[in-house]
Amino acid sequence: MSTNRGLVAHHFEDIEQQRDVEAFGMWMFLATEILIFGAVFTAYTVYRLRYAADFEAASSKLNVLIGSINTIVLLTSSLTMVLAVHATRAGRPKMLMICLLLTIFFGLTFFGFKAVEYYEDYEEALVPGLRFDPGEWAERSPPANAGHVQLMLVFYYIMTGLHAVHMIVGIGLLTWLVYRARRGTLTPARYMAVEVVGLYWHFVDIVWIFLLPLLYLAGTHRASDLHF
Amino acid sequence: MSEQLTPTKTYYSVFAALVALTLLTVGVSFFELGNWHTTVGILIGVVKASLVALFFMHLLHSSKLSWLAALAGLFWLVILMGLTLSDYLTRQVLDF
Amino acid sequence: MSDAIVRGFVPQAKARPPRTPETHYLNVEYGVKSWLLTTDHKRIAILYLIAVTALFLLGGAAATMIRLNLMTPRGELLPADTYNKLFSAHGIIMVWFFLVPVVPTVLGNFILPMMVGARDLAFPKLNLISWYIFTIGGIITLWAILAGGVDTGWTFYTPFSTKAARTNVIPTIIGIFISGFSSILTGLNFIATLHRMRAPGMTWTRMPLFLWSSYATSVILLLATPVLAMALILVGVERAWGIGIFDPDLGGDPILFQHLFWFYSHPVVYVMVLPAMGIVSEIITCFSRKPIFGYIFVAWASVGIAVLGFLVWAHHMFVAGQSVYSAQVFSALSYLVAVPSAIKVFNWTATLYKGSISFETPMLFALGFIALFTMGGLTGLMLAALGVDMHVHDTYFIIAHFHFIMVGGTVMAYMAGLHYWWPKMTGRMYSDFLSKLSALIIFVGFILTFLPQFVLGYLGMPRRYHVYPPEFQILNVMSSAGASILAVGYLLPLIYLIWSLFAGKAAGPNPWGATGLEWQTPSPPPPHNFDETPVVTSGPYEYATEEITDVH
Ligand SMILES: [Cu+2]
Repeated sequence: MSTNRGLVAHHFEDIEQQRDVEAFGMWMFLATEILIFGAVFTAYTVYRLRYAADFEAASSKLNVLIGSINTIVLLTSSLTMVLAVHATRAGRPKMLMICLLLTIFFGLTFFGFKAVEYYEDYEEALVPGLRFDPGEWAERSPPANAGHVQLMLVFYYIMTGLHAVHMIVGIGLLTWLVYRARRGTLTPARYMAVEVVGLYWHFVDIVWIFLLPLLYLAGTHRASDLHF
Repeated sequence: MSEQLTPTKTYYSVFAALVALTLLTVGVSFFELGNWHTTVGILIGVVKASLVALFFMHLLHSSKLSWLAALAGLFWLVILMGLTLSDYLTRQVLDF
Repeated sequence: MSDAIVRGFVPQAKARPPRTPETHYLNVEYGVKSWLLTTDHKRIAILYLIAVTALFLLGGAAATMIRLNLMTPRGELLPADTYNKLFSAHGIIMVWFFLVPVVPTVLGNFILPMMVGARDLAFPKLNLISWYIFTIGGIITLWAILAGGVDTGWTFYTPFSTKAARTNVIPTIIGIFISGFSSILTGLNFIATLHRMRAPGMTWTRMPLFLWSSYATSVILLLATPVLAMALILVGVERAWGIGIFDPDLGGDPILFQHLFWFYSHPVVYVMVLPAMGIVSEIITCFSRKPIFGYIFVAWASVGIAVLGFLVWAHHMFVAGQSVYSAQVFSALSYLVAVPSAIKVFNWTATLYKGSISFETPMLFALGFIALFTMGGLTGLMLAALGVDMHVHDTYFIIAHFHFIMVGGTVMAYMAGLHYWWPKMTGRMYSDFLSKLSALIIFVGFILTFLPQFVLGYLGMPRRYHVYPPEFQILNVMSSAGASILAVGYLLPLIYLIWSLFAGKAAGPNPWGATGLEWQTPSPPPPHNFDETPVVTSGPYEYATEEITDVH
């Protein structure tokens, strides 16, 4: 305990107890997050089962190439994030800084692709309430119910939007870590800050892992769907 | 928390597996699977999510409390989905 | 009998009157900053006490207007839309800004760390942040209510809330959404504290029952609140965007909103009632001078209620259009929740049996709780029955039922707890006579307010109407008269409790002769609760029983 003087907040007995509690606290918050996303996932499931064909039709119109590339981008950011935790614990500040900046970079790359995708969705009249053509869906063969298609698209924007909000928070937390790393306060003994932000970042990644099949891969694709 | 450091090699292998599974799940969507696309996608997603949770989030070496929180979140999600669907999946069955 | 502690009796004033310690958490620092930036759980509890009391008075004012309007069948006092806004304001403020936070954030915040023998909660800064989140959410909601109001009721049912309502739905929702995170963070903080901050020797089965029920409450706060948050966001998005997932025009299902809403809003009833039960368990044992009957059953009943409470939500939707099969399942499951609640009531009764009972103020409130909660619970069973619910759905029967649980249950127990721990929080005793008088007034006023409403509902008076047929007037006037008595009962403590701060006798560390770690430290407690980390060597309610049997 004497070696950890100044490290342990006054109300904790020792550093082990403190670290344990910090990780547990973030895990509990993630349990809350599971249910935040879970509420939308449940709603989505209800309609996905009810209007299966229309949801599949709408899904096929989404840009599967950008969706897939963004999945890889996020997975890479998770890798650099966990390497940042490793670097902190191994006492390699330079490596830590590189990993944090890379994680932020991949996070921003994700937003870049997402912006392109949203713009293209708009071009293709896939934005209910703003730019949407019900007639186009009725004329397809087999015809799709334009109402149900809009329902699917509303979910698409709510789910990706909610995910994007979490990404922004995550990038904010990472920026805070960069600031702390610059000041040299992320020593091996204080690695929990990086670990806890990492837990959050990985969770956001996991959400996307499920958004990919739910939104982009609900129906059968053709090779011609692969375009920017 | 884990006291031993996980070797970085583990992280790279997990990352490789995650990328491979992503390619697999996207690849599968080009085959005619009828209604099964989402099911297959979710199953592969569960594998990927478990890899992230166990290795990147260090659940494998975490205290029981972290497991408790993670499993509680999932269990309650099952309650929410299960009981909500118990309504929607039986709307037609017993509609007098 | 030894003279050190006379067990079986409330210790009378000793030869030396108790004194207040030199430094304690209240006088260790002064100034506005020392309060607004504090991370001391005890000071944060006081901050919550002030916020929650103010909100209770506002919610009460809305209730007063409602009852005044219902004095006459034609509702001359208020226009219909004002009436709608008032009952919405009453529900929203009372549920989210009083009943849900009151016991955990005021009494829980203050007592829980001391009960486990810790110096603070696991995340003290997070605790302060929770208060700010709560306050910001409260201010936004109040602003929305005062600047135009909202008329959807506290339930925000779609498609009315998304398409038809022309009132401040979005700002109200934002306020509730924000304050929800204060609930989540409080729950998270409590669970972490109970798992990791217990004093040496404080095993799970040595924990006072208030801690068990606080744990169960926290689980609900943590896992139900996010679903409400999301349901409200979906309503807000649909309103703002003009298009959304509950929209029947697109094939959306408004009942889906009710599923998400009640997934939170049924369990949240247990957020209100579980900590109340915890308080009652503490008080019943203390003033019966007996260990609780069946400790382990009462403890696990809390956990049972928390889990089972999540499986019954669609009993609010029996007539909404859900599947008949599903309604039957939810009806059956609803009966199940009554089991752990009944276990608790039976165990309190058994604890009272042959106890050496003294009727101090907290005990009066606690006994009132048992009586009113039992009535509320039993009428709840009637409502769980599909057939009965079809008949009385959306009538005053429902209103009476849940006010018995929430006002007769939660508020009564909160008053009990506040009077029980007030000497610990402030170091002062309040007026014995006035406090007992207020307990009596509240009980009588409550019965007179809400018992007629059962009859009204059974006769078919629907809720949320600002007019009614003339034959219902007598019962409505009775109810309004009771409400005015109730109001006096609630205002009285405000006076004598504040008075006690200046003129109350010093309480001493343990005025009730109670067990529990919080009573082993001076009143008011020092900033870090305990000078030495306490070591626990025995169970929570070691009131010796052998002397009692000799009394009669
Ligand atoms: Cu209910």
